[in-house]
Amino acid sequence: MADLHLPRTLMPLFPDLPRVVEIDATTVNEAIDVLEARWPGVRDRLCEPGPEIRRHIHFYVDKERAALDTPLAPSSRVDVIAAISGG
Amino acid sequence: MSFALWGSLLDTEPSSAGGEGVSKTLLIVGTRKGCFVLESDADRKDWSMRGPYCEGWPVYHAVYDASSGAIYAAAASEWHGSSIWTSADLGETWTQSSEGLAYEDGRKMSKVSHVSAGHGRVLVGVEAPGIFESTDGGETFSLLTTLAGQPGSEEWDDPANQPPGHLGISAIHQDPDNADNFWAIVQGVGLFETTDYAKTWTPRNRGLRADWPREHEEVGFCVHKLTRSRTDGDRMFQQNHVGMHRSDDRGANWREITEGLPTEFGFAAAVHPHDRDTFHVIPLDPGHGRTMPDGKAAVWRTTDAGSTWARADNGLPQEDAFLGVLREGMAGDTYDVPGYYFGTSTGQVFASNDDAASWREIASYLPAISSVEVAVID
Repeated sequence: MADLHLPRTLMPLFPDLPRVVEIDATTVNEAIDVLEARWPGVRDRLCEPGPEIRRHIHFYVDKERAALDTPLAPSSRVDVIAAISGG
Repeated sequence: MSFALWGSLLDTEPSSAGGEGVSKTLLIVGTRKGCFVLESDADRKDWSMRGPYCEGWPVYHAVYDASSGAIYAAAASEWHGSSIWTSADLGETWTQSSEGLAYEDGRKMSKVSHVSAGHGRVLVGVEAPGIFESTDGGETFSLLTTLAGQPGSEEWDDPANQPPGHLGISAIHQDPDNADNFWAIVQGVGLFETTDYAKTWTPRNRGLRADWPREHEEVGFCVHKLTRSRTDGDRMFQQNHVGMHRSDDRGANWREITEGLPTEFGFAAAVHPHDRDTFHVIPLDPGHGRTMPDGKAAVWRTTDAGSTWARADNGLPQEDAFLGVLREGMAGDTYDVPGYYFGTSTGQVFASNDDAASWREIASYLPAISSVEVAVID
């Protein structure tokens, strides 16, 4: 199971959504599907229609910048970062 | 949620509002860092404040729906995209949803600009230009219209003109008496009216001034703000990029009424709730600054439908006050002696509870304010 580390800004939007979720998925996009099934609406907060990852949301798989089709291994660590923005 | 109390900021002034009832007055303030609610009674002297709500998302417009009692806020997070936030308990708790609030044809939605509630539905104006509707209290949305086929739509649908830019549906005005009738502003293009609930549209820009070349006779106007008399639905006022305008026939024809104002430019405006001829605007420097001229804060008021104008600045700062007020930054209530409110891009809220005869600052340190709406709740 991959570990998915989510940004703090998501927590208030989805009751019971933890910072770290164990996900059984083979790609980043599939991991988001798993999240969406458990917390409906979370995909919209991470992706735009297309789908494509939102401009200021960055995914890293095992410390490498990732895209939606980036494969996941059972031991992968996925970091989802709310990138520099706002102010 | 953080909570702050603002007490007795207006209590040195005797009330002339005649507010002896049990009405509650709410100001719903959308800011760069969330939504705030300021609350008072019918006297509108003492205010308390709650917030920030919506998790600090930038809120571009927030309204109260009298029929359902809900507050709707149009917000767009730079991280998490656009959403409509809904509170059924006057701001104490909130939910957010963007289900269905997306184009399926590849067009980008950079933000939700405007929200309008009425007739049991919520209409949302977005960038790129389009209007979405919700008929389930903001839980789900569907695309109602992009005004396709209207003159100018080929330009605003050109991918080269897509956001980030400045074209969007910046305002929607629903006719309270006719569910099929509403007006929409397309930024930089003009005002449009539908009388069959968005099946067909008519440009409503005849008589407006434009100081730039236009490709289409009927569009190419920069409508900043539309307001409509509560007592005479034929009477409309419009703050345009170039000038104040008035219509006496529901927007079919416009005539300029700028003469007497310090500048022709501004965004915010508010009508008198009981007098069709009285109307307020906040002229701004039309250059890059877009603040009140000469650093002297003022609301300008006409009581003769724009034939003459007078400053209404009693109590407003008259030195080093370079205040900006955006399109939805001003509102008026419905009391017998009406109150007016405006919020600035530097986070102050000013209020009058005596029909613009005097003003007081009732909040000083909010984030940059995008919108101020007022609700009187019995």
